[in-house]
Amino acid sequence: MEIPSELESRIDEVITHYPASKRSASLPLLHLIQEHFGYITDEAISWVAQKLELEPINILELVTFYPMFRQEPYGKHHIRVCRTLSCAMAGSYSLLKTFCRHAKIDPEQHEHGSHVLKSPDGKYSLEFVECLASCGTGPVCMIDDDFYEAVSEDEAPELLQKYQ
Amino acid sequence: MAAILRTPHPREKRIIFKNIDREGWTTDIDCYEKDGGYEDLRAAFRLTPEQIVNEVKTSSLRGRGGAGFPCGAKWGFIKPGGSKPVYLICNADESEPGTFKDRYIIHQDPHQLLEGMIISCYAVNARLAYIYIRGEFPLGAKILEQAIAEAKGRGYIGSNILGGGFDLEIYVHRGAGAYICGEETGLIESLEGKRPYPRIKPPYFPAVLGLYLSPTVVNNVETLCNVKHIVRMGGAEFAKIGRPNNTGTRVLCVSGDVQKPGYYELEVGALTMGELIYDVCGGLKPGRKLKAVIPGGSSAKVLRADERYKIKSKQSDGTVTEQEIGIDDIRMDFDSLAAVGSMAGSGGVIVMDDSRDMVWALNNINEFYAHESCGQCTPCREGSLWMSKMTGRMLQGGGDQRDPDVLTSVADNIAGRTICAFGEACAWPTQSFVAKFRDEFAAYAAKNGSKAEQA
Repeated sequence: MEIPSELESRIDEVITHYPASKRSASLPLLHLIQEHFGYITDEAISWVAQKLELEPINILELVTFYPMFRQEPYGKHHIRVCRTLSCAMAGSYSLLKTFCRHAKIDPEQHEHGSHVLKSPDGKYSLEFVECLASCGTGPVCMIDDDFYEAVSEDEAPELLQKYQ
Repeated sequence: MAAILRTPHPREKRIIFKNIDREGWTTDIDCYEKDGGYEDLRAAFRLTPEQIVNEVKTSSLRGRGGAGFPCGAKWGFIKPGGSKPVYLICNADESEPGTFKDRYIIHQDPHQLLEGMIISCYAVNARLAYIYIRGEFPLGAKILEQAIAEAKGRGYIGSNILGGGFDLEIYVHRGAGAYICGEETGLIESLEGKRPYPRIKPPYFPAVLGLYLSPTVVNNVETLCNVKHIVRMGGAEFAKIGRPNNTGTRVLCVSGDVQKPGYYELEVGALTMGELIYDVCGGLKPGRKLKAVIPGGSSAKVLRADERYKIKSKQSDGTVTEQEIGIDDIRMDFDSLAAVGSMAGSGGVIVMDDSRDMVWALNNINEFYAHESCGQCTPCREGSLWMSKMTGRMLQGGGDQRDPDVLTSVADNIAGRTICAFGEACAWPTQSFVAKFRDEFAAYAAKNGSKAEQA
């Protein structure tokens, strides 16, 4: 694993945000690593631990706890559909199925220890997530870092088209 | 996300949301300053920190995150002149299902939040502050970082702010998808780089043993924005908005089965539930009848449309009168919602009409809590999962006659037996749904087709 110098200087800058304790920089560093490499490897966990003068377990326990961190690659584009009550009332369960159909994702696939669905070509991964805090405009979804509101089933194929 | 500009409803009183959906409004500091931005900060620096704390106390402002704790009292726990540094944390984790107000402040009016934060930091003498923003707001985090850089450029953040000798740094800290980080002590653990296991109180009251075991103030986004307006108006003037002990405005987030879901900033208690649903939100969908309302985020106890509530109210001559009211007549304020056995919580109002299946709705909520329990306390970790598995099984047609009672018993054994309020948050939905919609739960309990098939 090669940490480019540009990434490392960002990491060093972020650590200065926490003058009282370097350990506080754990989450920001994991975000930066994941944004760069796509997921967090054991090697990356050790690297972050060393950087912050911690034991690898201190970092691993974060990666396994926080839902947004992942230890395996997702699809090229990651789709999050909100599952929680207001979005469910607005049709998020059928929206999820529609995304599966158009992205050629098998909704019944069960990989041990993962709730993330993937398309066979690796282009899309799909996750049913808890409340995205836009309950008044459900159903909502995120594709990568972009946010979409009141997504109708008809719009799903167009949205996928935007993310190649 | 600012694509659709919504016109405020005539019954709204926009203070915090004044700039939300405003024509031509942008997130940059020039736009904010042109509109008188950061003038309240200048005014605040002409006051002493104690004077600001007193104004906030006089305003009777109550926290907008969920618990409704008086903000001035919270600040009052920070003793001036202590040996440890004081920290301020803005809770921008906005994660209670049904709530979506802070999203708009962060994405459309970041400088209002910063101005409120800087004033608050000055009031409690915090020199370092963090905005803990949920991981699912990546754009919001960028907007805030940009706003902080702009504010630093104009001398509102940094050393010797406006030449007044006060130093302050503010940093954005992103969460990573865990609901429990909205609980203030869990948030603090998370900010320390750990799993967000909430701390036990006592002794870990944030005001005494908070971030790095130093005195810490944790306030919600909307609460911090209010501080700016309290400084402008004065605490006494602010307290005239709303009702006694329920002052100011509140951004209510309405979702579910109404014609016009959305955010509405209203004087606290100025409207009843009926006025909110039928006048402001355009009523229910054609031909539908109201069935239930969850009035303050998904953990608030559900209210049934045909319930009658006995409300005690104190008259001006000191006598107490009792009145029986229906759901439409409940005032949308902290005390009235508490009086009917629920809570104003985070301001998220979820409306359900007669097309909704209450076992399905509870199961959705139970799945949420089962997923989000941090796992620290056994009753919550196990109980939230049991409740979710039970309602899930009932929906699949595998009911058991004992289900309604067992569900209630599991919930009863979580509430009050956990370190943090998540225990109550996951128990209240089950307790209230089963008690108030017993018939529907009993009907599912009687259906055990698939179970028989499996056998």
